[in-house]
Amino acid sequence: MDLQIALLLGQDGLTNGAIYALLALALVLVFAVTRVIFIPQGEFVAFGALTLASLQAGKLPGTVWLLLALGVLIGVLEGSRAVRAGQLRRLPLIVLLNVGVPLLLAGTLIAVSPATLPLPVQVLLALMLVVPLGPMIYRLAYQPVAEASVLVLLIVSVAVHVALTGLGLLFFGAEGSRTPPFTEVSFAVGDALLQGQTVLVIVASLGLIIALYLFFERTIYGKALRATAMNRTGARLMGISGTLAGMLSFTLAALIGVLSGILISPITTIYYDSGFLIGLKGFVGAIIGGLASYPVAAAGAALVGLLESYSSFWASAFKEVIVFTLIIPVLLWRSLKTTHVEEQ
Amino acid sequence: MSPADHGNERTVVLEVDKLSVSYGKVNALHGISLKVHRGEIVTVIGPNGAGKTTLLCALIGLLPASGDIVYLGERQHGGRSVEQLVRLGMTLVPEKRELFAEMSVADNLLLGAFDRYRAGHRDSLETMEDVFNVFPRLMERREQTAGTLSGGERQMLAMGRALMAKPRLLLLDEPSLGLAPLIIREIFRTITQLKRTGVAILLVEQNARAALQVADYAYVLETGELALEGASRQLASDPRVVASYLGLGGRR
Amino acid sequence: MPAVRSTTLLAVFIVALLVAPLLLPEFYITLLDYIGLYAIVALGLVVLTGVGGLTSFGQAAFVGLGAYSSAYLTTVHGVSPWLTLPAGLLVTAVVAISLGLVTLRLSGHFLPLGTIAWGISLYYLFGNLAGLGGHTGLTGIPPLTLFDLEVKTGREFFYLIWAVLLLALLATRNLLDSREGRAIRALRGGSVMAEAMGVHTARSKIVIFTLAALYASTSGWLYAHLQRFVNPTPFSLTQGIEYLFMAVIGGVAHVWGAIVGAGLISILKQWLQDWLPKLLGQSGNFEIIVFGVLMIFVLQRARDGVWPMIARHFPQPPTRAQLREAPPLARRERPAAGAVLLEVKDACKRFGGLVANDRMNFQVRAGEVMALIGPNGAGKSTMFNGISGVDPLTSGSVIFRGERVESLPARDIARLGMSRTFQHVRLLPGMSVLENVAIGAHLRGRKGFVAAACRADRDEEDRLLFEAARQIERCGLSEQMHEPAGSLPLGKQRIVEIARALAADPCLLLLDEPAAGLRYLEKQALGDLLRRLRDEGIGILLVEHDMDFVMGLADRVVVMEFGQKLAAGLPEDIQRNPAVVEAYLGGVE
Repeated sequence: MDLQIALLLGQDGLTNGAIYALLALALVLVFAVTRVIFIPQGEFVAFGALTLASLQAGKLPGTVWLLLALGVLIGVLEGSRAVRAGQLRRLPLIVLLNVGVPLLLAGTLIAVSPATLPLPVQVLLALMLVVPLGPMIYRLAYQPVAEASVLVLLIVSVAVHVALTGLGLLFFGAEGSRTPPFTEVSFAVGDALLQGQTVLVIVASLGLIIALYLFFERTIYGKALRATAMNRTGARLMGISGTLAGMLSFTLAALIGVLSGILISPITTIYYDSGFLIGLKGFVGAIIGGLASYPVAAAGAALVGLLESYSSFWASAFKEVIVFTLIIPVLLWRSLKTTHVEEQ
Repeated sequence: MSPADHGNERTVVLEVDKLSVSYGKVNALHGISLKVHRGEIVTVIGPNGAGKTTLLCALIGLLPASGDIVYLGERQHGGRSVEQLVRLGMTLVPEKRELFAEMSVADNLLLGAFDRYRAGHRDSLETMEDVFNVFPRLMERREQTAGTLSGGERQMLAMGRALMAKPRLLLLDEPSLGLAPLIIREIFRTITQLKRTGVAILLVEQNARAALQVADYAYVLETGELALEGASRQLASDPRVVASYLGLGGRR
Repeated sequence: MPAVRSTTLLAVFIVALLVAPLLLPEFYITLLDYIGLYAIVALGLVVLTGVGGLTSFGQAAFVGLGAYSSAYLTTVHGVSPWLTLPAGLLVTAVVAISLGLVTLRLSGHFLPLGTIAWGISLYYLFGNLAGLGGHTGLTGIPPLTLFDLEVKTGREFFYLIWAVLLLALLATRNLLDSREGRAIRALRGGSVMAEAMGVHTARSKIVIFTLAALYASTSGWLYAHLQRFVNPTPFSLTQGIEYLFMAVIGGVAHVWGAIVGAGLISILKQWLQDWLPKLLGQSGNFEIIVFGVLMIFVLQRARDGVWPMIARHFPQPPTRAQLREAPPLARRERPAAGAVLLEVKDACKRFGGLVANDRMNFQVRAGEVMALIGPNGAGKSTMFNGISGVDPLTSGSVIFRGERVESLPARDIARLGMSRTFQHVRLLPGMSVLENVAIGAHLRGRKGFVAAACRADRDEEDRLLFEAARQIERCGLSEQMHEPAGSLPLGKQRIVEIARALAADPCLLLLDEPAAGLRYLEKQALGDLLRRLRDEGIGILLVEHDMDFVMGLADRVVVMEFGQKLAAGLPEDIQRNPAVVEAYLGGVE
């Protein structure tokens, strides 16, 4: 391997590592706040990328139907609850929020041809279509079992992942998509060529990480999420309900997932099921951080990206084997660090 | 026996009638009836395991209960949640404090006003000044993380955080727990001060002497049932209180 | 008798299995073959997830290990399939034990996460190792031969698969209904209680994880010789997830749930694969959408799965364990009355900056009741946890029957003859009172997993259960002996905890608030029981809030405040001690 290849691989590794780091942060966040191990994180990556690709191809993305279907389900659930509690005044708002907004979005997409819209608007549309699925899935799949054990929540996560993968195939077909790059610029660094898209991914990831940091440190909602992660009962007594915190953390996780998908879709071809492996690599990072430490998780994820990139050069057939076997020494190391077995 | 006519002329904040709580088949609380008025300190004292914490948890909706709870003139039916009651100005300072250990004192206080913020009030900084006036020690420690505070300071922070919500009814669960006598005295002096702001306080205590000194009216809870009640001053000298605590006999 | 009827049912089931291949067309035989193969894997998950509270998404990889081991050894090295079975099991066991050892000290969710990662790695490994044929796999695997008979067709395999499944099912049922089985079932109630009763919980967890892996591996061996070729696809993570779905939907807490789940998912899959593509106008494995949603629904609405709904229509299996008169278990040598049993010296316990126990000193003698009292938060339960090894002291020493025990794990202290109850009752609510109490006698039995699976443990089992029954009778709960422990009122549950502690044949009994939640007469009965135990020479250390109870029972009292010893002495002195009155009622300025 000469220096040029090493640099190229490093560049690749860091780009993917930045994405894994974002996903790792989202996974730690969701676990800390809700105790959910968010396996479907990767599906948001794929859905984000493929929704954008569909919009650019002038097709109506299938996610809009999912949004509408989940909206109707939640509308029925919340509506019947409001009726039973005798709070009929809440009905119009419930219907408007859960059914009206998705309908409006679907109508807009049918009325205008999204392929002709400028890129930022397309990205915004993709975000509006996929991000709300996060809190909606929380409401439907997780909230009814919010008090269950981590194990039950994990099995629910796997079930959600399985269902979303199937839906992904239904919406986007088995073919992969790649969106055009956001920028064609490239820089020469010595002998190597630095792609503008690569720089964009790293800068955008760093920007997002900083934005997340500011959200958690400076805003009361960010603090409320941290408070829930630290002390659930304490947070409830302040009026921060578990449902609110859950919806909020799932919104953030979905947002991070979709943005990651949009960022990498010009670099890699994304298939309906690509998200799972991408998300799991974020997981390896999150596990390095013990599902608890944000900086260690992000650093671990960046390491996963580099390891993957270099192992694809040395032993490309065993790339995935190497990345996922890494988890065994990591677990061993964490296990030796743990002094006693935690109860629940 | 109906709750006596203590402070009749003032507004009733909380009225509880025949409240019962059971875990499975066990009655933890049975037929509890009590009243708290505006600007009044009512205490529920009793030995360990009598059901005092259970009572507060049931009132704030952390535990399901049967019986009537009328809060601010409205009957609370089955579906009331902690969050709804917090919105209505009921706040609990729990026995375990439940602070956000890795956050600063200031952030802990700020989150005390979370629900007011959501409801559109943007006055948390002024409220925090008020809280610092009540607990100057918290002002000194505002940048420190809550986990590094001493036991007394933690209790002050827990109470300060509750005050950030500008409560109408403050539920205090064993504020003296695990604290040295000198600090207990300070905490209880503050409780007396709070009364002047018009907030209604329901104080649950094992430390009967301290509680009876600050309270206007008192109930003695014994194995899930109210055994005695009366003006605090009268109960303070009632030998039956001592008996119920130390098992000196003569109560059956 | 219900027991007879459930045996009859089993016989009917076996007869049905015997004649099924003679009546059914080929298609259904193949389907049943696969259901059998899947059920063997799902059965392992029932033990692991439903009974033990652990889980794995990587069972398909273990199936793959069994299949590939045999495929490789038979095709490349020409080894007999009957030798590749143990070889595959050995490989599987080594992998499972290593994986278990790595994750077991961590919280429960790291094991499933580890199995996801390992399931993916192994899948890619199968697909990329040239020696294993890459993604095309290995072909030409020989059929099984039994004497001169070749087991080749689906019909012939049917008998083999279902015989293996039935054997595994009965062995699992036997295992769960034994001393080690109770220890496994106790894992769900948290390791603290099980360890305090002497169960080596880490060992139990590794055993069930390995057992589940071995079942999967066996299924893989059968699969390889039924298909006669292997490739990586059926051993992917997706299949691993499907195995878990089978177990959960069938009923993860019941051995029969494995068969029901495997059957339901397989049939549903067939049906959906026929209909969904037609309905949606596209081809693809859309059945996973239905499975995912179905799974979420089951977890939200019927976490016990389908089996309990079916079982309702059958005669109930015997709820009462067979109690047979049996010779009593050996008892440990007891110290003479008045001998010092327990000595706590300068015990300190810190949680961060908080000092929960501060230089505590006291003794407990054989044949006395010693009460530890004090206001809330004084550190009494912490002291208990320090003595019993549940949460070891920061410094200081605990000497029990002449041995330093402060750094021993709880199960080793239990072995020396200390037994305890918990302030927050730790029973297994779904298990009968008798079985709960029998967990207490765990250390008085010897028979292991294999003996239990082959029913070679019945003599000992009878003695253990009879001993448990004797303790229950002694505590006055004979009438509730066969009821689920969770259906008893809380006060009675505390008594069950005492019976469980007594089943360990202790010389020192640690009771944490035994009288809480008891009515007056029950308290009197408890007092009488404790007095009898004291007269038999057992030492009792008691934390209790009910002062009437304490003062009427205790020989000596130690009062704690702020983690320190405030006073010690005879009950009547303590009641008049002004410092104690102060501690309880609060100081006057």
